Amino acid sequence: MKLTAQEVEYVAHLARLEITPQEKEKFTAQLNDILLYIDKLNELDTKGVEPMSHAIGVTNAFREDNVVESIGTEKTLANAPDARGEFFRVPKVIE
Amino acid sequence: MEFDAVIGLEVHAQMLTDTKIFCNCSTKFGAAPNSHTCPVCLGMPGVLPVLNKKVVEYAMKMALATNCNINSTCEFARKNYFYPDLPKGYQISQYAYPLAEHGYVELEVNGGKKKIGITRIHMEEDAGKLLHDEHNPVSYVDLNRTGVPLIEIVSEPDIRSSEEAADYLKRLHEILVYLEICDGNMEEGSFRCDANVSIRPKGQKEFGTRTELKNMNSFRNVQRALEYEIKRQQYIVENGGAIVQETRLWDDAQGATNSMRGKEEAHDYRYFPDPDLVPVIVDAAWIDKIRADMPELPQAKRERFISEYQISAYDAGVLTADKALAQYYEEVVAICAKPKQAANWLMGDVMKFLNEDKKTIRDCPIAAASLAEMINLIDAGTISGKMAKDIAEEMYRSGKKPQQVIAEKGMVQITDEAALAKTISSIIDANPQQLADYRAGKEKLFGYFVGQAMKATQGKANPQIVNDLLKKMLAGK
Amino acid sequence: MELYQSTIHELQDKIKEGKTTATEITCSVLQRIDAVEEKVHSYIRVLKEEALAAATDADKEIKKGNIKPLSGIPVALKDIVCTKGVPTTCGSHILHNFIPPYDATVVEKLRAAGAIFIGKANMDEFAMGSSTETSYFGPTRNPWDLERIPGGSSGGSAAAVAADECIASIGSDTGGSIRQPAALCGIVGMKPTYGRVSRFGLIAFASSLDQIGPFTKDVEDCAIMMNVLAGYDPKESTSVNVENPDYHQFVGRDIQGWKVGIPKEYFVEGIDPEVKAAIEESIKAMEKCGAQSVEISLPHTQYCLAVYYIIAPAEASSNLARYDGVKYGFRAAGGDLLDMYKKTRMQGFGAEVKRRIMIGTYALSAGYYDAYYKKASQVRALIKKDFEEAFKKCDVILTPTTPTPAFKIGEKTDNPLQMYLSDIFTISTNLAGIPGISLPCGFTKSGLPIGVQFLAGHFQEGKLIQVASAYERKAQVEKRRPGL
Repeated sequence: MKLTAQEVEYVAHLARLEITPQEKEKFTAQLNDILLYIDKLNELDTKGVEPMSHAIGVTNAFREDNVVESIGTEKTLANAPDARGEFFRVPKVIE
Repeated sequence: MEFDAVIGLEVHAQMLTDTKIFCNCSTKFGAAPNSHTCPVCLGMPGVLPVLNKKVVEYAMKMALATNCNINSTCEFARKNYFYPDLPKGYQISQYAYPLAEHGYVELEVNGGKKKIGITRIHMEEDAGKLLHDEHNPVSYVDLNRTGVPLIEIVSEPDIRSSEEAADYLKRLHEILVYLEICDGNMEEGSFRCDANVSIRPKGQKEFGTRTELKNMNSFRNVQRALEYEIKRQQYIVENGGAIVQETRLWDDAQGATNSMRGKEEAHDYRYFPDPDLVPVIVDAAWIDKIRADMPELPQAKRERFISEYQISAYDAGVLTADKALAQYYEEVVAICAKPKQAANWLMGDVMKFLNEDKKTIRDCPIAAASLAEMINLIDAGTISGKMAKDIAEEMYRSGKKPQQVIAEKGMVQITDEAALAKTISSIIDANPQQLADYRAGKEKLFGYFVGQAMKATQGKANPQIVNDLLKKMLAGK
Repeated sequence: MELYQSTIHELQDKIKEGKTTATEITCSVLQRIDAVEEKVHSYIRVLKEEALAAATDADKEIKKGNIKPLSGIPVALKDIVCTKGVPTTCGSHILHNFIPPYDATVVEKLRAAGAIFIGKANMDEFAMGSSTETSYFGPTRNPWDLERIPGGSSGGSAAAVAADECIASIGSDTGGSIRQPAALCGIVGMKPTYGRVSRFGLIAFASSLDQIGPFTKDVEDCAIMMNVLAGYDPKESTSVNVENPDYHQFVGRDIQGWKVGIPKEYFVEGIDPEVKAAIEESIKAMEKCGAQSVEISLPHTQYCLAVYYIIAPAEASSNLARYDGVKYGFRAAGGDLLDMYKKTRMQGFGAEVKRRIMIGTYALSAGYYDAYYKKASQVRALIKKDFEEAFKKCDVILTPTTPTPAFKIGEKTDNPLQMYLSDIFTISTNLAGIPGISLPCGFTKSGLPIGVQFLAGHFQEGKLIQVASAYERKAQVEKRRPGL
């Protein structure tokens, strides 16, 4: 079961990456490598094994509902590539 | 061909916590753009989320109020997609392990009750706001709203009509407001609704293809949109067409739903457990603590009002629409023990004054104790019902107690029979013609004499005594 | 000996005795940077003015008798930890101009301990790599041989310590990115237990694997740094609220009777003979310390790679979605919103980052979650269990840190077995969340450093300090300096 060029294009679109035709070829080969990893993992029977999402079993990490002063509009927009007044500005989606 | 409509509703309710779900920024509505922001809700490099405990407790309250099972463990997941109002490029939500599931809400339908199932309730963060420029191909992003806590309430597709849908929404709305976890403001966006709707021939078990409706910003618009969409789908099917599964936007001005196809594509959200957050464990002790803190819910309150106070279902409905109003009512009844009168005065004059001033019961200048006192005074005969209307208005305008108003206006009812007889005597003497006509058979003139007596006593005469005296004196003087 | 050649503990003594000042130390290090930085390129940004100003303030405090653990000590920070008001690039074009309005928690802690921040160290872009060759700002060179890599992704932090361009530094480790460069640069590097050191302000690569840790010239300095870095942080949900011992107490203790586990799956074909010899010497040194080496098994070792190369890219693909040109960083010009996203990320990210984003996005895409990410998470639980079982039989585990010494810049080994082993030795540690330390155990004939790695159970950093300190004393690895 190998990935098609179309699937690779789809993945690139999902990741919002523009890729060149050479990159598409390269990525197709590399994504296919994952399938090899999966084959390897499928050697193991993991029925009943709890998936490990965290290395250490912390639970119920909470904080209290106290307002802390925000950093303010100026600091918020300080790194913006494009800002207008109090807003970030972005191009529109062209339909 | 006859069709049934099948409707499911997804409600997003903003939680009334002081701070956002994963950071300590304020959630207050209406702030200057990008002023309630910090590195965490801005999705800056290196930041991490920490869960606001109150959000969990508010969500638990809603779960209990809608008879859901609260899962002992729930987890957060990332919903990945790109949009300028989503700073991290993913929304933190719950996917495989939501907080609560399998609840229901009861509607009153055709004199009976109907349960609408609730599939699940989960917690998630809100996105920011995108404002589109009318003239230029740019948009403006305000991230104040990112991270405001939401709960998503998903219903089973148990709703069968647009009326039922509106009713279900109203039930959810009043529960949220009663619990004081959401202010339920559809215009401001703290209570939002999307609908899934399909039709099927009557008797068919399988569901038809469904469409998703968005952009309905009031209960009425939800109802109108559903009505339109059901008709639209019926028309297509009756004419041999097939329903396309798509998202449609309600256009209020047009009064129609329009396809979003081409503008939006099917999203692949790539859900996976958020590695920056840890599981939430809810044990029985915590649930009990939350349950103990729950107020009486609207439906239960209504039923109790009907049975305890012997008022009508309609009156119970009006009095419980606002929890504060219900509380006020009960305070009044506790003092005067006259539930019917209390209901009438509250629903009548008091609400009229408040509505005129666009106020709510919370700002009512008449203290509950004052209203109760006034009702007692009417009952004791100290003032008449008609006089009370003026007294009530004065109490509203001035905030003064009834005794004070009565004293200041000298509005004590005249009950002295001898004095009243004297007054009536003078009136009869002053109106010989009317007396003659009355005695000759014109019974309607009785009202004329009553009016004269009231005028002469500035409305303070006890009407019952006036009536009795007039009957006697007009007949047999 | 020059001031810049000193360790933290040596300078602490000198400062206490009034024999030197923060300004003297800082100037000495800055001069060293002037002399060698052009050759080594440890830094993306040297913070000369800031460091001198901080040194002046530090001297005022020292004069008052207000001496803190790191007062006057120049420390380099991998450019992956956010520093308020100072550009933090993560080695990437896409963040080339990002100035955080906040400090990472570890930066706050180091500052509070009196550290002088001397520079932002070079790194593989977004910590993805093991050679520091993928940095947008050019590679860092191994001070021991400028034609060779320093390792990665914390190559700059390691090279800076090895070249005495700082007294100690901070790196991050997701699959070996502290330990491997420490080995290749001949210094001490530790990856703490997951949750021991705060990740708040650490630009995320793979959230369930990332940890911050120190690079130092010796084990005692490592203990001093750990005392400053470790600690529960309420700003991080995955931070563990566990007691933090004084790590310094473990320095100088003996390891009489300890069991040192030798995992049989790690001692296979593919290890460079000189490395193998050095490691065998290390095992002998352990025995001379009074410890006993025992063979252990980590049966799921062969699956580590597959698990890592699904989980790490998957998490990374999501963590890097925020780099979209909207709020900060680089934005490509022209086009509509979709163009902006795609061009920004195409131009802003390097090839290795794009590769991992593609792999991760694919692994999470519709229909594959159960088969890929979930499956990998299940096998991950088995890997963790391997270590838990192993630590019932031994106090610490000993392994080589890398299968070979540093290879040449631009030259990736074409030996697949070596590539496999170079990942295996360090990846499993991050998957299990356990702590690990690498320290020098010798040199190749051509003068390249070789590192030995010790692993311990969760929250057993004290054991690591103890065994590493004992090894350091017994093995008496020759103290050389790179001939820069």
